[in-house]
Amino acid sequence: MKKLHILLLVGVAVSIAVMISFTGDLSTYDTISSAKQKPGEYVHLIAKLDKEKPVDYNAVQNPNYCAFSVIDSLGATVKVISNKPKPADLEQSERLVLKGRMESDGFYCDDILLKCPSKYKDDMKAAEKQLEVKG
Amino acid sequence: MDYLGESLLPGQLGHFLAILSFVASIVATIAFFNTSRLASAASANGWRAIGRWAFAVETVCVVGMFIVLYYIISHHLFEYKYAWQHSSRALQFEYLLSCFWEGQEGSFMLWSFWHCVLGWAIIFTAKTWAAPVMAVISLVQSALASMLLGLYFFGHKVGSSPFSLLRNEVEGPIFSRPDYLQFVKDGNGLNALLQNYWMVIHPPILFLGFASTVVPFAFAISGFLTKNHKGWTIPALPWALFSVAVLGTGIMMGAAWAYESLTFGGYWAWDPVENASLVPWLILVSGFHTNLIFKNSGYSLKATYLFYVLGFIFILYSTFLTRSGILGDTSVHAFTDLGMNVQLFLFLNAFIWLTPLVMAKQAKDRWLVLAAFVTTNVLALQWPTFGLISALVGFAIMGVLLNQNKDIPQIHKEENLYSREFWMFIGSLIFFLSAMVIIGKTSLPVYNKMFNQKVAPPADVEFSHNQIQIWVAIIAGILTAVTQYFKYKDTPKAQLLRKLLWPTLAAVAATALFGWLVGVGFDAKGPGFKAAIYVALFAAFYAIIANAAYVWIGINGKLKLSGPSVAHIGFGLVLLGILVSSANKTVLSINTTGISPLKKKDAKDVNNDPNENTTLIKGVPTDMGMYMVTYTKDTINPRDRKRYYEINFAEKTGKASFKLYPNVIENNKGGEGLTPNPDKKHYLGRDVFSYVTWLSDPDAKKKDTAGFRKQIVAIGDTNFYGNGMWVMNSLQMNPANTKFKIGPNDTFLVADITVISKDGRLYGAKPAFKITGNNLDALPDTVMSQSMVLMLLRPVDLKNNKLEVGIKESTAILDFITLKVYEFPGINILWLGIIITVIGILMSAWRRAVLMQRKAPVPRPAV
Repeated sequence: MKKLHILLLVGVAVSIAVMISFTGDLSTYDTISSAKQKPGEYVHLIAKLDKEKPVDYNAVQNPNYCAFSVIDSLGATVKVISNKPKPADLEQSERLVLKGRMESDGFYCDDILLKCPSKYKDDMKAAEKQLEVKG
Repeated sequence: MDYLGESLLPGQLGHFLAILSFVASIVATIAFFNTSRLASAASANGWRAIGRWAFAVETVCVVGMFIVLYYIISHHLFEYKYAWQHSSRALQFEYLLSCFWEGQEGSFMLWSFWHCVLGWAIIFTAKTWAAPVMAVISLVQSALASMLLGLYFFGHKVGSSPFSLLRNEVEGPIFSRPDYLQFVKDGNGLNALLQNYWMVIHPPILFLGFASTVVPFAFAISGFLTKNHKGWTIPALPWALFSVAVLGTGIMMGAAWAYESLTFGGYWAWDPVENASLVPWLILVSGFHTNLIFKNSGYSLKATYLFYVLGFIFILYSTFLTRSGILGDTSVHAFTDLGMNVQLFLFLNAFIWLTPLVMAKQAKDRWLVLAAFVTTNVLALQWPTFGLISALVGFAIMGVLLNQNKDIPQIHKEENLYSREFWMFIGSLIFFLSAMVIIGKTSLPVYNKMFNQKVAPPADVEFSHNQIQIWVAIIAGILTAVTQYFKYKDTPKAQLLRKLLWPTLAAVAATALFGWLVGVGFDAKGPGFKAAIYVALFAAFYAIIANAAYVWIGINGKLKLSGPSVAHIGFGLVLLGILVSSANKTVLSINTTGISPLKKKDAKDVNNDPNENTTLIKGVPTDMGMYMVTYTKDTINPRDRKRYYEINFAEKTGKASFKLYPNVIENNKGGEGLTPNPDKKHYLGRDVFSYVTWLSDPDAKKKDTAGFRKQIVAIGDTNFYGNGMWVMNSLQMNPANTKFKIGPNDTFLVADITVISKDGRLYGAKPAFKITGNNLDALPDTVMSQSMVLMLLRPVDLKNNKLEVGIKESTAILDFITLKVYEFPGINILWLGIIITVIGILMSAWRRAVLMQRKAPVPRPAV
């Protein structure tokens, strides 16, 4: 066997090993109840802001503490605690993807992705609504 | 119904041009294909003329569509959906072009336009290779043109036209009235993130890069079409170099845009959209290296075929990923889904299968390939999983046919370990495998879609890539350093070691010196990764030093030949810049007042650690590293509709200060939120980078209805407020040393109050009464950081020192902004490295192109 062929096989084997180890690092998209089944594990929680409950954010006292409640499509709710400033469009968002860990006293979140009706992908829907209002 | 005020002619013209360009590109494909097939026969000339005319018509159509769309956007014809969706009247002139790229249709047009430009360059320079290469390019053009058709065939929409009318695309009661247009006064405007000067220039360069990848692909396909497997590799080489240079520039301009205008605090985030364009670049880098190997040693032709084909295929895959909406939650900047997924997939899959189709030598095999393609795709319409299967089967057949092909020249003797081709091949292989790993990880949303899974990316996506790619960087850096010292075929060992000795020692010394003087600050991922960073630093220094030395040691300072060395020095600088800026990036705005609300899982859990935002209250200096930082004022610029915040950074040594103006765009595109844009101070060795993460509500003061809570207090009483307690220490008449200016007729009664917050901090407050004659004025005092106002309301019992005091707690009283501030060292090394790399590659491309023109055109055997 040629040296290059051996190296080729080694390279492919390493690449496959890398991909297999990657599957071990993967996280999951979860609902609140399924995230509660695995406390302490890093998950992507899909939910929306519970507008009945207040958003606790005071940038003057602590800009790195934001807490609010979310409700998922199955109706479960949980308190979310994040170390990021409150996203500017939080109240307008239609859907949130929260990355973090479920603990006994709430969901500890280090990244919040907002899906807003007024931004980027869904901006047309908002604009179309405007048109309807005008008409 | 006749609608009033619509301007329909531009749209009709545009739509006509779109259809004509589709037809013309099909005609051009057939004509050029026949020209190539007939080669030396007399009738080939006729076909060649038809092909050129068709291509000319197509070029006119594409340019015409550009002009029409520009007319529609610049004249604010909001009866057209594209103008309404992507532009607005308030937009500055320079961003009118950016509106083109915001939508998919405009960016397809741009891509198509570059194909036209490249096509003419091919027609005029590629001689006998022009016909087959143009056949492939025209085929790609017809696929692109179909994306702009906007026609319905049997109820299926094919393409999306940028010239369609708003009333045909959007439903609304408004369209039932003929004068609807007078209600559509303005468009939706351009996404705030695209309102940046990089967005004017980055997309055209990136799409030129995208478009240029078709040329090496078309040459490779031409190799099979003409069965001349050797000839195409010479003219393809400068094109591949050009493609690598332009695509690389385009990608890194996107990185510069991300750095300048996005707020993830960096230039690269391993976002799927970024990865998808990096992957074809890596493959093409592999491709031109194996092309060079073949040219100089006769090895690696099959690998060259594979890499050039895959380079283009992965451009199409990237197109599919970014435009189909499949990336969904995993990317922040993919295009809007236009509902053309089937068409986009077919575009990709058809070109995957084109290669085995032209590779098959006999008509029977070609029919088999075609049948397999059709069958798997029909099945895919019903069961999407077959789409993936179809693509994989296409790749498999491509691999088998390539491997079995006996016509492709091949050397069966093994490469020498002391030859340049051996190590160049290893480098190409590493880049290719790295590309496969990156795209494999990026394709996660595709697996989810195909197999109906709900798998999410890992917690730390960036580290997931970095921990692998740092090894690629190490190997690539070292190979870059040493490979040029090898000669093709064989190298005398003693000579090799002698020449490599000093560069190696110098690189070790440079790394040690760096470790001693600067060091690596990043240890969040443990000592193993830190060690890897040091090894990578060595590889980067080695690449820079060894290649700089090679210009003298290897080629005696001949600048003409130094293209590869210059490019490799640039590559080394890029690695160095990446390592230095990421390893020593520091957050200046670390908030020391509060503890992190998040629990850390373990020491490596960086995501949960930092308190990276600090709130600045207007006029109050705040401590940040080597600076005292003050938010001084804000102003709104009516031209670009941005609100700028002036932040003063004063060095604590008092020597120097500078101002940053991070800004926000408010209420863009009808949204209520705000889009922050960073600002930065560039120094030679570092950047200070800052952006706004939260703002006080400018209208809040008006809304502030929180009244004063009244309380009767005596000296020494402990009173409570929302965040702690406060005590009145004393009451003084006209105290000395106060902030008050006491006039001759004034009497001041000043309460000395200490506010003690929960975290134990003490603040002083001195609200007062001012008595002038019969007037009693209350002078409140504010404890900014506790957002608290204290005001004396009335004296109750002054003998016993009792007063009624009003307390108001409301953040609305404050003007403040919340900021993130980073320091990036060495980012300029990265930008410099990119410029040098591109210059080096273009030098090589130029030299190859000149060499080729000097030689007689490569004769092509009659077919």
